[in-house]
Amino acid sequence: MAKERIPNEGDEMQIDGGVCEERVARAIPEGFNPDYLKIYYGKLFPYADMFKWLSYGNDGKHPACDHSYFGRREFSFTLENDIYIRFQSFGSAKEMENSIKEKCPFKIDIGPVYSVDPAKRHAYAQGGNNVFAPVERELVFDIDMSDYDDVRYCCSGADVCLECWPLMTIAIKVIDTALRDDFGFNHILWVYSGRRGVHCWVCDSKARRLNNEHRAAVTDYFHVYKGGENSLKKVTLAGPVLYPFLARSYTDVLKSFFEEKLLRSQNLLASEERCQKILGFIPDESVAAELLDKWQGNRRSSISKEDVNVVRWDQLKHMLQSGKQKIQGLRRCVEEIVFSYTYPRLDMEVSKHMNHLLKAPFCVHPKTGRVCVPIDPNNCEDFDPTTVPTLSHLLEEINEGSMMMESNNEWERSSLGKSIEFFRSSFLQPLLKSCKEEMESAYSAKIKQSKNSLSW
Amino acid sequence: MEIVRSQRKPSIDASPTPTLSLYRSAPPLEVRLEDFELYAIDRLRVLKGISDGLARGKKPEEMENLVRELWKTNMRHQDPAEVMNKDIISHFVLRLVYCRTEELRKWFLSMETTLFRYRFRLESLESQRMLMTEFQLPYKALIHAEYETVKDKLVQVARSIGQSSNTDTIFFKVPFEEVPDLVGSRRVFILKGFAYVPMNQVVSLVVTQFRSNISKALVLTNRKWTSTIKEQEKDRLTPIVEALSNSYLGPDYTQPNESAEISLKDIDQLASNSFPLCMRHLFDKLREDHHLKHGGRIQLNLFLKGVGLKLDDALAFWKEEFSKKVGAERFDKEYAYSIRHNYGKEGKRTDYTPFACQKIISSTPSVGDHHGCPYRHFSEENLRAALNKMGVGGRQQDEVMDKVRNRHYQLACTLTFEAIHGTSCDTGINHPNQYFSNSQKIRQEKVTSVES
Ligand code: SF4
Ligand SMILES: [Zn+2]
Repeated sequence: MAKERIPNEGDEMQIDGGVCEERVARAIPEGFNPDYLKIYYGKLFPYADMFKWLSYGNDGKHPACDHSYFGRREFSFTLENDIYIRFQSFGSAKEMENSIKEKCPFKIDIGPVYSVDPAKRHAYAQGGNNVFAPVERELVFDIDMSDYDDVRYCCSGADVCLECWPLMTIAIKVIDTALRDDFGFNHILWVYSGRRGVHCWVCDSKARRLNNEHRAAVTDYFHVYKGGENSLKKVTLAGPVLYPFLARSYTDVLKSFFEEKLLRSQNLLASEERCQKILGFIPDESVAAELLDKWQGNRRSSISKEDVNVVRWDQLKHMLQSGKQKIQGLRRCVEEIVFSYTYPRLDMEVSKHMNHLLKAPFCVHPKTGRVCVPIDPNNCEDFDPTTVPTLSHLLEEINEGSMMMESNNEWERSSLGKSIEFFRSSFLQPLLKSCKEEMESAYSAKIKQSKNSLSW
Repeated sequence: MEIVRSQRKPSIDASPTPTLSLYRSAPPLEVRLEDFELYAIDRLRVLKGISDGLARGKKPEEMENLVRELWKTNMRHQDPAEVMNKDIISHFVLRLVYCRTEELRKWFLSMETTLFRYRFRLESLESQRMLMTEFQLPYKALIHAEYETVKDKLVQVARSIGQSSNTDTIFFKVPFEEVPDLVGSRRVFILKGFAYVPMNQVVSLVVTQFRSNISKALVLTNRKWTSTIKEQEKDRLTPIVEALSNSYLGPDYTQPNESAEISLKDIDQLASNSFPLCMRHLFDKLREDHHLKHGGRIQLNLFLKGVGLKLDDALAFWKEEFSKKVGAERFDKEYAYSIRHNYGKEGKRTDYTPFACQKIISSTPSVGDHHGCPYRHFSEENLRAALNKMGVGGRQQDEVMDKVRNRHYQLACTLTFEAIHGTSCDTGINHPNQYFSNSQKIRQEKVTSVES
C-alpha cells in the first residue's frame, strides 16, 4: 500500500517536473510552514507506533483485551488559526491517521482515558448513571526552562542554548533515577518539548491508575522549593542528614554538575550582584560579610590561572564547612545553594491531576520547526536540542530520496529514523511485553476465581 | 459497637484497650434528645478547635497537645461509662449534620480524620496494634533478613526527619500508594514502589483506612438522610440537625452574595480598600505582570466570584490583563475555560467555593507563584514592605509581625484589618471574603454617618 502511495505524492512534490537538488534546498527554508507539516503528517508521523503505545496491548486478540480502550482516550488539536478542539477520540489507528491528515493540527495533545468515549460525553451525561470521568492517565512531568530564569544568565524566557540546556539533562537524571529506583516504575518515556523543555511519560499500568492524591504524593516527593517569589530562600533542607533520595541526587548528580559546569558556564560568582545573591543564602550575616570582603579583595589580586567562580566557591565552602562552623544550618547552606541552582523545577499542576493535557511525542513545534523526539535518559548528556530533526530538514531528505524507491517507509531513511527506532526498541517493545504479561496473568486469575466460585 | 461498650469498664486508666472507636456502625443506644444535641455541640467545639489549629499552621506536636486538651475539656462525662458513648453518639449525630453537601462532607471528613490521627498517636503501642487488627489491615511486619538490607536507609530517613532511629522498631512494607502523606513529605523510605513504614508512623496507614471508611459512610448517610430519616424524624431530630448545621458554621461565603454585586469599574478601588493582603498581592501582581500562575489564578478568581463579580466581568477582567502578555487568542484558548470552570459554567463540578484562610495558609506556593497567605509565605522583609504599602507601620506593624512570628497568621491579618479600619474585629479573620464584607460594611457605615 505504501508503495503505491509514495510515487503519487512524490509527484506532487515535484510539481514543476524534475526538480534539481539545489532548487530543493532553496525551496525549503528553515522553520515552520503548514504545507511542510502536511507532508510530515502524510509521510513521516508514526501513527502505528502511537496507536500501539496508547492501546497498551488492548488492540490484540486476547480475550482480556478491552477494545474500547483506545477510543476512550482524549486527544485535542490546535489548528492553524489557533482553533482549539478538545475531546477528540478515535476508534482505530486508521481513524486517528485520517483525522490528523485531514485537520493537520499544529499541536496534538494527549489527555486521559475516560470512563466513556469523550466525544460522546454529552450523550452519557443525559443518561445519568455513567459518569464521565478520567479513569487512567500516564503519570506525566513537564519541565520548562523558563522556570529557571532566576538561575541562568545566558538566556531567558523561551530561549535555550547549550550553556543552560544541561539543567534539563540533570533534571532528567534526577527524576528518572527516582522514578525507577524509588517508585519502581519501568516504562518511562522522555521527550523533547520542541523548544525549551522536556516532558516525561510514566506508562506502567500502576502509574496510569494512580489517583490524584497519589499523583500529588509523587509530585511532592520531588518538591524541594519552598515559598513563592516573595520568600528569600528557594530551598530549605532541614534535618541533620538529607533524605536518601536528596542525598543521592546531590552526590551523584547535582554537586559535580554545579561545581564542574554551572559555576563556570553561568559565571555564578563573577559579579558583585551575583555574589550578593548567593551570599543571601547564608543566614549568618557576619560570615556573609567576611566572604564578601575576601572576594572584593581577590577581584584585583592575581588569580589569573584559576577561574574566579571556582576560587570564590571554594572559599565559601571552606568558610561554611570548616570546623569552626558548628552551627549545622551553615554547613547545610552549601547544599541549599547547590539545590537552589540545579534541582529540577517541575510544573506541579501538570503532574498532580489526571486530566491535564500534554503534547504528544513526534509533534512539530510550530515556533522552532523541531520535532518532539524521545530522549534517551541513559545518554541524555548527548542530547543536543539544536540538532534535532527539523521539519525543513526532513523535507529535504524526502525530496532527495524520492527518486529512489528503495524503502517502504520514508522515515527509515530520514533522520527521524533513529528516533523512531529508539522509541520502538527502548520503550514500546518492553512496554507491550509487560502489558501482555499483565493481561495474561490477570486473565488467568479471573478464570481461576470463576472456577472457584463455580465449585461452591 | 456493643462490644466496645462492654469493654469500657469505668476508670481503668492503664488499660491497654483502645479508647478509640472506628465508628463502624450507628449505636443501638437509647439517646435522650438533649444529649443528642449537647454531645454534638461538644464535639463540634473539638472539631472547630482543630480547624483553627490547622489554620494557624500549628506543627504536629502542637496539634497533638491541642487535640488532647480539646478532647479533655469537651468530651468528658461525669459518668465514666458514658465517655465512649458520648464519643460515638456525637460522631453519628454530626454525620447527619455534615453529610448533606460536598463541602460539608469535606470539612467534616478532614476534621474527623485529623482528630482520629492525633487520638491514635496518644494510644499506647499495644492498643495501636489492636486497632490495626480491628481494621484488618493486611500488612505483615518486615522480616529480619530484608530489614538488614535496607537498615542504613531506614536510619537515614529517621535522622533526616530528626528522629532518633530505634533499631528495634517494627516496620511494615506497603505499596507507596497506601501512605501518600508520608511519601509526599519524604517521611518514609521508599524502594521499588514500596514504602517502609515504621511503627511510629503507622498512624498514616490507619488514617488512610479510617478516612476512606468515613468518606464512604458519609455518602451513604446522605442517601439515607434524604430518602428516609429526614421525613421520619421531621418532628424530632430533623429540626435539631438543621439548627446545628446553621448555628456553628458561621456565615456562608460559598455563594456569591446577590445583593453585593460589584462592578468592574470599581475593582481597583475595592482592591486597595477592602481586599485582604493575600488577594491584594495577587491583584497587584496581575496588574503588573499581566499574568498569574495556576494557583494564583484560582485563588483570586474564586475570591472575586465570592465578592460578587459576575462571570462576564470576570472574563473581561482576566482577559484585559492576560491579553497584554499572551494575546487575546491564547487567553480564550487556554485560560478562559478555567475561569468559567471556577464559576461552574464548564465541566462537571458546579460548585467551586472561595478558599478559606485555612486552605490558603496551608497551600505550598512554589517558584514563580504568588498565591498563599503573605503572613505565612512572605519573608519578613517582603511582608514589612507590603504592610507599609497598606499603611500599617510603626508599632502596629511590630504587633502584626509578632503574631506572624508565633505563626498566628489569621490573627496577624486581623490586626492588619483593625489597623486599617480603625475598629476592632472581634470575630477574627477566617475567610478572605469575610475580610472583604466586614471591610465594606465598615466603610459604608462611615459613608452614611458622614452623609447624615
Ligand atoms: S489570613 Fe486569610 S485573608 Fe488574611 S491574608 Fe491570610 S489567607 Fe488572606
Ligand atoms: Zn542559555
